[in-house]
Amino acid sequence: MYKAKIYVTLKADILDPQGKAIKQSLLTLGYDETKEVRLGKYIELVLNVDLYDVAVERVKEMCEKLLANTVIEDYRYELEEVAV
Amino acid sequence: MRFAVVVFPGSNCDIDCYNAIEDVLAQPVEYVWHQANDLSEYDCLILPGGFSYGDYLRSGAIARFSPIMQEVEKAAAEGKLVLGICNGFQILLEAGLLPGAMKRNDNLQFICTTEELIVNNNLTPFTNQYALGESLQIPIAHGEGNYYCDQATLQDLEENNQIVFRYNNNPNGSVADIAGIINQRGNVLGMMPHPERAVKELLGSSDGKKLFQSILTFWREKNDPS
Repeated sequence: MYKAKIYVTLKADILDPQGKAIKQSLLTLGYDETKEVRLGKYIELVLNVDLYDVAVERVKEMCEKLLANTVIEDYRYELEEVAV
Repeated sequence: MRFAVVVFPGSNCDIDCYNAIEDVLAQPVEYVWHQANDLSEYDCLILPGGFSYGDYLRSGAIARFSPIMQEVEKAAAEGKLVLGICNGFQILLEAGLLPGAMKRNDNLQFICTTEELIVNNNLTPFTNQYALGESLQIPIAHGEGNYYCDQATLQDLEENNQIVFRYNNNPNGSVADIAGIINQRGNVLGMMPHPERAVKELLGSSDGKKLFQSILTFWREKNDPS
């Protein structure tokens, strides 16, 4: 089995109003070094799949189809084998 | 003319849409549950506003895979009229029946107010009773109505006259003040404002009435030109 850790964020060239508000708040708290904040989603899946290549293919498909809206969002993922 | 109002778990403007059809047009209208798998008897499908599936993941992202959406796509491909309002618009975007995507409003607030819309295309089945450039008072109520599309898509929308409504005072950050767009074929309209909430002076505005009257006018001319 594989565990997939999926990160979905707005594409780099798309304004992230929530990230902007968080950045403002961090600056207000005195974290003057804050340069940029992007807010995203973290999704964890456990896949009942034996082969790494199959897991990659399925996760990609899930991201393209449902988990990310590729008009405005990018996704990336990490896969790790987990004990059954 | 037969209307269907599609009801998803979390729809909350379905009754308003139903009443708008009944009161403005006095045409047969029915609620259709999202698990239905036959929409063949209807001439116009309305996807109402609300928070289908709690807006989980993204607005409209899960509703888009409801069983009924295959039928909605089929109806759209057959040239039947499809109207998505607010969450219905978000579902049409997620389904790819209309181009672009919705982002959180740029001020991060849920905005519930009446906005001035400008009719930017009155040659559609949904707007033929309006004048070009007509100003309308129509309520909006959304947290994610900040329409986004890339430059190439925007150019297509402009060139094909697919931008049907624009905000006069852009409330949410939408690209090019877009409040409503239609597909290239001209039978699928998505809009964030709520025309069904503006069908009586008592409600504050009746400027939404002509949208529904346009639909019936279009249908009558198409089916009974005499």
